[in-house]
Amino acid sequence: MSTLPTRADTVIIGAGIVGNSLAYHLAKLGRRDIVLLDKGTLPNPGGSTGHASNFIFPTDHSKEMTALTLDSVAQYQELGVFTQSGGIEVARTPERMQELTRRMASSRSWGIESELLDPAGVKALVPFLDESIILGGFHTPTVGVVDSLRAGTIMRERAIEMGALTISAGTEVLGLDVVDGRITRVRTDKGDIEATTVVVACGAWSPRIARMAGASIPLSPAVHQMISVGPVPQFADTVGEIVFPIVRDMDTNMYERQHGGDLEVGSYAHRPILMEADDIPSIAASALSPTELPFTQEDFELQMEQALELVPDILGDERVGIRYAINGLLSLTPDGMPILGETPEVKGLWSCAAVWIKEAPGIARAVAEWMVHGEPEIDLHGSDIARFHEHQQTTAHVNARTAEGFNKTYGIVHPMEQWASNRNVRLSPVHKRQVELGAEFFEAAGWERPFWYGANESLLAEFGERVTRREAEWESRWWSPIISAEHLAMRERAAMIDLAAFVIFDVTGRGSLDYLQGLVVAQMDVPVGRVVYTPLLSEDGGIFADLTIMRLAHDRFRVVTGGGMGMRDKKWFVDHLPADGSAQLFDATSAWYTLGIWGPRARDVLASVTSDDVSNEGFPFGTCRVIQIGSVRALASRISYVGELGWEMYVPMEQGLKLWDTLWEAGQAHGVIAAGIGVYAVTGRIEKGYRAHGAELELEYDLVEAGMVRPKVKAADFVGKAAYLAQRDAAPAAILCTLTLDDPRSSSGVARYMLGREPILGLDGSSLIDAKGRRSYVTSAGAGPSVGKHLLMSYLPPAQAVVGTKLLVEYMGERFPVSVAVAGATPLFDPENDRVRS
Amino acid sequence: MRILSLVKRVPATGGRINLAADGRSIDTAYLGFVVSPHEECAVEEGVRLVEAHGGEVVVMTLGPAEAADQLRDALAIGAERAVHLETDGADWDPVATASALVDAVRTLETDGGPFDLILVGNESADSGGYQVGIRLAVALDRPMVNGAKAIEVDGGVARARRQAPGGWEVYDVPMPAVIGVREGINLPRYPSVPGRLRARKKEIERMTPEHRPAGPEMIRLRIPVEQTQEVEILGRGPEAAPRVVEILREIGVL
Repeated sequence: MSTLPTRADTVIIGAGIVGNSLAYHLAKLGRRDIVLLDKGTLPNPGGSTGHASNFIFPTDHSKEMTALTLDSVAQYQELGVFTQSGGIEVARTPERMQELTRRMASSRSWGIESELLDPAGVKALVPFLDESIILGGFHTPTVGVVDSLRAGTIMRERAIEMGALTISAGTEVLGLDVVDGRITRVRTDKGDIEATTVVVACGAWSPRIARMAGASIPLSPAVHQMISVGPVPQFADTVGEIVFPIVRDMDTNMYERQHGGDLEVGSYAHRPILMEADDIPSIAASALSPTELPFTQEDFELQMEQALELVPDILGDERVGIRYAINGLLSLTPDGMPILGETPEVKGLWSCAAVWIKEAPGIARAVAEWMVHGEPEIDLHGSDIARFHEHQQTTAHVNARTAEGFNKTYGIVHPMEQWASNRNVRLSPVHKRQVELGAEFFEAAGWERPFWYGANESLLAEFGERVTRREAEWESRWWSPIISAEHLAMRERAAMIDLAAFVIFDVTGRGSLDYLQGLVVAQMDVPVGRVVYTPLLSEDGGIFADLTIMRLAHDRFRVVTGGGMGMRDKKWFVDHLPADGSAQLFDATSAWYTLGIWGPRARDVLASVTSDDVSNEGFPFGTCRVIQIGSVRALASRISYVGELGWEMYVPMEQGLKLWDTLWEAGQAHGVIAAGIGVYAVTGRIEKGYRAHGAELELEYDLVEAGMVRPKVKAADFVGKAAYLAQRDAAPAAILCTLTLDDPRSSSGVARYMLGREPILGLDGSSLIDAKGRRSYVTSAGAGPSVGKHLLMSYLPPAQAVVGTKLLVEYMGERFPVSVAVAGATPLFDPENDRVRS
Repeated sequence: MRILSLVKRVPATGGRINLAADGRSIDTAYLGFVVSPHEECAVEEGVRLVEAHGGEVVVMTLGPAEAADQLRDALAIGAERAVHLETDGADWDPVATASALVDAVRTLETDGGPFDLILVGNESADSGGYQVGIRLAVALDRPMVNGAKAIEVDGGVARARRQAPGGWEVYDVPMPAVIGVREGINLPRYPSVPGRLRARKKEIERMTPEHRPAGPEMIRLRIPVEQTQEVEILGRGPEAAPRVVEILREIGVL
């Protein structure tokens, strides 16, 4: 038994699959002097890894999660702990059958071999299943199970062999010391360790450990029930752990998997049972382990019946006994994504939590790269701990959303599906006007934003045939034809759009220009009153973010970015602030309300409420200045994400309503309407080919591929410049294109409209794969009412990225013809940008 | 055969149990509950006897509302009927417990005839009074054998075996009789899914027991000081051999 070191380079708290994998990957990247702690004993310290069902279904609708899972599978295979069994998601309902075609599409988008089976096909693979109660199945042969404890042990031992790792089991963390916002020491019951990098990889305990440092890891420990029955006569001849495919009974939120001579049955269907991390029992007080809690029979009653329906041959056999039954603990997060990265509150304190077995080694590799190189190879923006807004870190929010999300674990979740719990947390100052206008509120970053307005229903009659209706139920969900009508009204006259959800921060100080120059791609040494739209790159030249920056004064800049990734963007900015304090950042999100007005009549409206010069000559595109609108001083910025003449206006939050009312009243004479985010984020911008982060823009792609290069690169150095220059000199492996849906009619005659993430295929049905091995899929989709087509955006290999090229998109099990309308960034609508610059 | 199995709801053993702040009860926050282990075997034994000789097993408990879970556990492995003498949750002393059970047994036997065997656990895993079964037998004026590790039935006689130094003590008792069972008499079966579903659907008969406290009264609980043990890993594989030899010499085996 080694004594605990008094100092270390890196301390990892938690020796489950995550901690073990991370120690190994850090060691592989050259980190030495790593200490791994766990209050439990090895190899199974008693966390979720110890009882996990250990199976991996690679296909997820999320690109990020799928990439992490595929990487994990490759690692598990290399470790020799992966047993392939195949897996089938079965459907009991027609709605689920439709969802299975979406699973097929995602498989194809991410390059996973899958097939759809009829009940007989499922039965052939899983003979003990009652095929009469299912309608079909989604089969992925590469599904398998892993020995996660063995995997962790091997990785740990490899790290030790590299001379990189010291372990201390039976060591409980009692406190974390923070000085000047940086982690300095880990206090344990075996002694203290000084360290400047500490990783919280404690699974369900993570919030408790993070709290010791004053940081927040917003996950909730939650129960997921599982039982194991045996001995199963049908498995008597099995050699090894598993030979039959794993079954996910999606409609009942359950799974059944063979485990040697037993059948394990798990459930995500019971009432959400959440716990506080502080209440997890100690190892000593646990009969089995702290994450194997006593089984609550009543919560499994319905599940037993449903499982019996599906596998009656096994579960109905009186000789097969329930030998193991637990309420297992796992970690749930408010948005269902892991929590990774350096905590915004404490420098040097990292989170690697809320990670499932299926993605753990992949995540560990990515986080290790992030820690050592400054960025991961796989874009982790969806899992980034910095993404959380203040209210999302509260227990109330975490509990509400994890409870709501739990029963959707195998649910059919629409891409636009809205949360029902914990709404109305952040309201725009004009909220009551929106309610009066019949707003259909969607939530983003906690803000209630109108996606469209019910009051605009009258526009449907006005625009008649130009508004495409949707006949199919799926894409009609969380959508309205009113969006298209608002779009057309905006392009014809003008629309006011509430943009309260922006994240806004001001950068000030005598070093602010140099600081920003070094961080963003665009030239920032511009005259006061200029608005700059700029991407930000990672060191390796991947696209990290895109946002706008206004130069308000010589030493004052205002950064405006979307609410979705705004907090993550903010951390990036904060992390890069100069050490000498010559530039400071102030979060002004709650100080300023943003209202936009765009359309051909926008200037008429604005001119009628301000005596300031808003003519094209007086107020050119791409500039900003303070204007007076009645008694409201508004910072007006002439930019547009919807491709129309107009302004974003920033006013103090408490004057937002006054601004709205003033413009609204003046706007009535000009036919102004209120338009929602359906126009702003979808129809308006997709017609202009404007890129969106998280859709087109992410680390995997570069500016050349995204068609966002400017003729010149500024002389000043900036993050990612070297990589960017190299990219400009090389031929792109893919080109971002806008495609039109040429014929929406499905085989049944019903028109179908894609929503995003669908695979783009060649006319022969083959996947399109570029030179970097990336597949083409729809990054954004939406109606283009002004161009009269449904539009899709996708990166295509150069050979296909030619205007007029005919391709296919797979949607709901069918293929629809599409063609390339734009290769690059030229807008489909108003290509010369006449409207914007008028 | 008509068999009555008496069970008690006790905390699942395996983890350290913490006391509540007042020291008069245990902290049950994340504690599991089970049928006390000797009794779990008693229920299994009853079910096996009935499987061999026909009849039914009735299972009964004196305990709080939650003890219905334990009755259902027994129903799930083959008990036919369940009777719940519901209390407010406080642990009754063994005299009061036995007294209430006797009342219930008399009621049940008036309706259905005498139980050939009443099976109890040797002692309960939590309070460990060792007396309820004995008091019950005395009150019912029936022969009682405690500590049984095997039971056979032939005609109207039950043969109970009990371990003794060097062999077995064998008791032939005329039925009706009370037998106290020790864990290890059998390996209880796990319930099947159909068993669980059947158990769920069964009506549990409820009776209100009369509480006549008479025995020892619990003042407070105390956790005794744990003897810690040190574990030293001597080594791995053949490399461990020299150290093993050293230790064998130290303890005088070699």
